[in-house]
Amino acid sequence: MFRSFFAMILAASLLFPGAPKLNKEQRALHAANRLTFGPTTAELAAIQKMGVEKWVDLQLHPERIAENPALAERLKRYASVHMTNAQLMEKYPFRQPAGKGNAANVRLIYTELAETKLLRAVHSNRQLEELLADFWFNHFNVFFDKGFDRMLVTSYERDAIRPHVLGNFKDMVLATAKHPAMLFYLDNWTSVSTDSLDQMRKRFKRKAGAPKRAAGLNENYARELLELHTMGVDNGYTQQDVTEVARCFTGWSIGDLRAGATFKFNALLHDQKEKRVLGQVIPAGRGEEDGLQVIDILVNHPSTAKFVSTKLAQRFVADVPPPALVSKMAAAFSKTRGDLREVMRTMLTSPEFWSPAVYRAKMKMPFEMVASALRATGATIENSNAVQQELKTLGQPLYRKVEPTGYYPFAEEWTNSASLLTRMNLGLALAQNKVRGVRVDLETTLAGKTAPAAVAQALLLHPPAAETLKTLQTDAGTAHVAGLVLGGPEFQRR
Amino acid sequence: MTTNTRRAFVRNAALTAFGIGAAPGWLARAAGAGAKSKRVLVAIFQRGAMDGLSAVIPFGEKRYAELRPTLAVARDAAVDLDGFFGLNPALKPLQPLWASKQLAAIHATGSPDPTRSHFDAQDFMESGTPGRKATRDGWLNRAIAPQPNASPIRAISMGGTLARSLRGTNRAVAVNTIAGFKVRDNAQADFMSMYSQSTDTVLQGTGKDTFEAVKLLASINKAQAASGVTYPGSRLGQSLQQIATLIKADAGLEVAFADTTGWDTHINQAPALQGLLTDFAESLAAFHTDLGARMADVTVVSMSEFGRTAKENGNRGTDHGHANVMFALGGDVAGAKVYGKWPGLEAEQLYQQRDLAVTTDFRDVLAAVVQHHTGGADLAKIFPGHAAQPLHFFRPMQ
Repeated sequence: MFRSFFAMILAASLLFPGAPKLNKEQRALHAANRLTFGPTTAELAAIQKMGVEKWVDLQLHPERIAENPALAERLKRYASVHMTNAQLMEKYPFRQPAGKGNAANVRLIYTELAETKLLRAVHSNRQLEELLADFWFNHFNVFFDKGFDRMLVTSYERDAIRPHVLGNFKDMVLATAKHPAMLFYLDNWTSVSTDSLDQMRKRFKRKAGAPKRAAGLNENYARELLELHTMGVDNGYTQQDVTEVARCFTGWSIGDLRAGATFKFNALLHDQKEKRVLGQVIPAGRGEEDGLQVIDILVNHPSTAKFVSTKLAQRFVADVPPPALVSKMAAAFSKTRGDLREVMRTMLTSPEFWSPAVYRAKMKMPFEMVASALRATGATIENSNAVQQELKTLGQPLYRKVEPTGYYPFAEEWTNSASLLTRMNLGLALAQNKVRGVRVDLETTLAGKTAPAAVAQALLLHPPAAETLKTLQTDAGTAHVAGLVLGGPEFQRR
Repeated sequence: MTTNTRRAFVRNAALTAFGIGAAPGWLARAAGAGAKSKRVLVAIFQRGAMDGLSAVIPFGEKRYAELRPTLAVARDAAVDLDGFFGLNPALKPLQPLWASKQLAAIHATGSPDPTRSHFDAQDFMESGTPGRKATRDGWLNRAIAPQPNASPIRAISMGGTLARSLRGTNRAVAVNTIAGFKVRDNAQADFMSMYSQSTDTVLQGTGKDTFEAVKLLASINKAQAASGVTYPGSRLGQSLQQIATLIKADAGLEVAFADTTGWDTHINQAPALQGLLTDFAESLAAFHTDLGARMADVTVVSMSEFGRTAKENGNRGTDHGHANVMFALGGDVAGAKVYGKWPGLEAEQLYQQRDLAVTTDFRDVLAAVVQHHTGGADLAKIFPGHAAQPLHFFRPMQ
């Protein structure tokens, strides 16, 4: 019944855009599906009580939302996530080549980082902020397991990403450009001007016979800054621009990597000659300003407005977002000079976001699926190691995407047999309380409901399709039914 | 990437009844009914851009040592192949395969597209259409002919996600491990019922492929297919071990995809590359030993999105470059030879004065493998927009 109605409005909305609209219940569920890590009975009730527009506006202002006190209390347990780089390195030293205690220190840092991310996703009252922290970390991805990044990613997400997710885009680009985690991950800390080195060699004459240590330009960061962080690939820059941008960022380095690791501009290593980036002259004879000017040029480029808007719309609206929506968002980006709250507001108040064509049409990424299952079942997470292992099996281990592209939010990336089987098995295991470190009290969560239709409704937050319900009419018990719902096709969409 | 590539494939969802009714050919084969075994193509992707000049070293080239002041491998340290090229010492486990003429290298291969972006270049190599981002499916999926009653595991991709190379309208399954490829707690029938009836065509289609593969993998004779060979514990080693198991089980496997990551060696390249190349060589050598005589039906081909700068950078590493080296291993490969026209490393011979130039289109290497495996493949459909000239590196068919 519901399905055929759904198919009808979907078809109609594709033929006559703007004709049918989501009803009030659907709008509330859509908001919870897209702007939280998964709807719960309580969240849905709160949205309906407040009115969906007001609720969306509140989510755009997380500072006005009181944080869940239980979460705040819980986060205190994880000492490392509150430490500065210097404190972290002193308490949990990491030496290369491999020193004693490295493995245990790294395990602790990773466990605390990944576990707090999961806890926040599941329990935070500031759900949109959590989704955006995930989105922007992924946009400016760094890989936890690259050398010293194991010590630096904790601060990176907390200090360079989180403060800016609803702030100004340029501030976030600058914060990531200067953060040692990024400087290390994309090698910019080692990129130096060849000229400056020649001069240094002349000044401090190499000892005769000493091995010649080559040093020079490294393009890794410059390329990804253009391609992945700002303009997008093939959107108006050349290989020459990449090289020139790399020259501008020479000397952007890390002060004392082993103790503290802070940004340091090293003028001695900077290429002081004139450069030309996207047709604009970067005058000779300057220092750190070169990189600052490049960032300024990039964030104000129309390609950046469009690229950032496209990526947000792909994650929040549809794998193939309507071009008209992207244009509106890009215009808001340009007009406000990168005010991300306004870009989000433009998206969230657009008819495209609320269109029946996109309702329950996004495939959940693994982290979204896992977090939403934990939220729907009201799970208590005592230790997240087993859950983190599931995320790895599903192809989305937290903080462990090797490539700077981050994870893709597209259905085809996550729709495959290995992934489906893992989702089914995880759904079953969770409902039957067989995931180590996680406790589920279904009786409480389901408020004593046992009828299959009611169990499905309580977890999906919408009535199950007739086809789903047919299979659920089994006497195998509530936990089995709940497991089928969580691992079933309807739960994989949001 | 362009947005129009980002739609999930709907696979023959409504065409076949769900579940396994009649026993098609592959099931008979899996049950050991002695059917003719099939040829198997195994594609390996080295993600991150392998430094081909360090893998198959042109030590006969005067400029090589000049361009690589700290990275150059000394001539007598390399495994001499033909007096001009040598294998990196870390690839020594491949030496017996080379000596037995089952392993060949194809140098200066790559894409006509100039991109030095990892994700674009990987996308182009996997779609098989350099420069064209709108291509939705992958070359390896197009390389298998549509066939009713084909084995549900005729095309597999190792790992938690389905490789871009294998996405498309022909069914292909992603497998983490054979042992773990099942539904727990007696829920298989219920999930099958739910997915088969779902009106979500994408998930219904994937569900169908999944459960058919689950049934087949549960039925294969694991004892017969077990290997007495020790593979590296790495992602590549474990993937190749699973692939070997499926080949030996005669379960209808035709194409398989595996990948390995971490080849993006911008800094302090030598130790990193030593680990990667050792793993690559040991994994391939174990696979070769494990399959024994079955290698007669198998070809392995390796690729990486682009090569690296001819000149080392300021950090004893290399940056993104252009041409690279590919390997082909198999019973029919006319091995012990470095194929491809060598373009040279003099400044004027380099691509954009910095990278090894491409003299063989990577598609002409893949086309040769596809042609050898399928006979009458329509290469124009597998590599659209490219007049394929398959490179000859197979022994003439008997």
